[in-house]
Amino acid sequence: MGEMTFEQAMKRIEKIVADLEKGDLPLEESLDRFEEAVKLARTCQEKLEKAEARVSKLVKTGESGFTLEPLNESGDD
Amino acid sequence: MLRMQGIDAAVPDDKVYTVTELTSFLKDLIEKQFPSIWIVGEISNCTAHSSGHTYFTLKDESSQIKCVFFSGAARRVVAKPEDGLKMYVLGRLTVYERQGQYELIVTNLLPVGRGELYAAFARLKEKLAKEGLFDQALKQDLPRFPSRIAVVTSPTGAAVRDVIRVATRIHAGVEIVVYPVRVQGEGAKEEIAEAIGFLNAEGGFDVIILARGGGSIEDLWAFNEEVVARAIVASEIPVVSAVGHEIDFTIADFAADARVPTPSAAPTLVLADYVDASTRLEGLLRRAGTVLAGRIERGKTFIGSLSTHYGMRAVRDRVTVGMRDLDEALGGARKTVEARIESGQARLAGLMGKVEALSPLSTLERGYSIVFLAATDEVVKGAGQVNVGERLRIRFLRGSAVSRVESTEEGE
Repeated sequence: MGEMTFEQAMKRIEKIVADLEKGDLPLEESLDRFEEAVKLARTCQEKLEKAEARVSKLVKTGESGFTLEPLNESGDD
Repeated sequence: MLRMQGIDAAVPDDKVYTVTELTSFLKDLIEKQFPSIWIVGEISNCTAHSSGHTYFTLKDESSQIKCVFFSGAARRVVAKPEDGLKMYVLGRLTVYERQGQYELIVTNLLPVGRGELYAAFARLKEKLAKEGLFDQALKQDLPRFPSRIAVVTSPTGAAVRDVIRVATRIHAGVEIVVYPVRVQGEGAKEEIAEAIGFLNAEGGFDVIILARGGGSIEDLWAFNEEVVARAIVASEIPVVSAVGHEIDFTIADFAADARVPTPSAAPTLVLADYVDASTRLEGLLRRAGTVLAGRIERGKTFIGSLSTHYGMRAVRDRVTVGMRDLDEALGGARKTVEARIESGQARLAGLMGKVEALSPLSTLERGYSIVFLAATDEVVKGAGQVNVGERLRIRFLRGSAVSRVESTEEGE
């Protein structure tokens, strides 16, 4: 399982909770799913808590390529 | 005067109007005569009410007329009345009966000298609307949790700073990529349209924010251009129009998938779901936890009921017997240990007794005393150490005394 986006993780957690609430999973699998949901939730929470928005500026290099440069937030106007 | 003419005593022959009758007669007359009229003049005393209605006076050198600009009309009209501005005002004339005042209900406004821009705006808006470019069906939903946001704007304006400031405060951990463009003047519309095309071709962006701070209709004109509107509609990435300030409306606003009144409102809209994601996460986990706890509780009850079955009882009995055996074994061990401790304590007490017996204090306890030479504190062991008349100190179990030697008697 690669790195999930926040949206994918949230969807996965919602799905797990719905499955758990349906109640037709064996207990052991329920526990595994619950653990998975908790782990995902923790990652999501971390993303929310410590992650700052990263800001960059798109600079075109020639015809089709481009590079990203950090944006000087104070501006230079 | 009236009395002198005697009018008060007689009913006039001509028809007498009540004030209401006259007013409504005039109202009728005026409304029929001027159902739609353009007036040119200068705006003054412009006051905007919280209701959204705006009241102002239109005047020239020698006359004035009250005007009412209701909120419904204000929403449809791009230009805003401003004190000192010369404007063409379209409306219907009416009479406000309660104050006996005639006034203009405004339906459209155009600043003198800029009428062509407004007309162009209206024409393009109508044309694109007819084409269906503003149809609700074309609007895309914004992603709930975007991870990469493109901002098409001037890299140096206040708008880009507002967007970044608000987005950073939301702490969503998103990536914001600024695509620098000119937002007004020559080449602006092409750059904006090209930016939207480029971002779509490049991919990897969840949403595009078109941002520009407030300004005059000329300043915002790039966002009223057809090429920009078409680029917005063609974009497969949802576009949020964040152009102007509050009541400035542009064609881009109608073409975009969502419109916000100011640039700083754009991140709030785009990142809205992140804001309460924490609470939602907690809620989800609590639900999952409740489900599991319920299942575990039911499992326990089930196991509990099993233990009363015969088979389980046999197991339980064996466990009970085992525990009793264990208790006994432990009890034996404890006794051994206790016995050893007791004998240890007895030996210790014996040793202590011996130690005490050796202490000089215990000798004194038995009634002996110690004698020192008072001058030197030397212990006296024989009569040869002392002279008659010398002072001796006698130490008892408790306290001491000083005495003088009267005579001596040598012993072996």
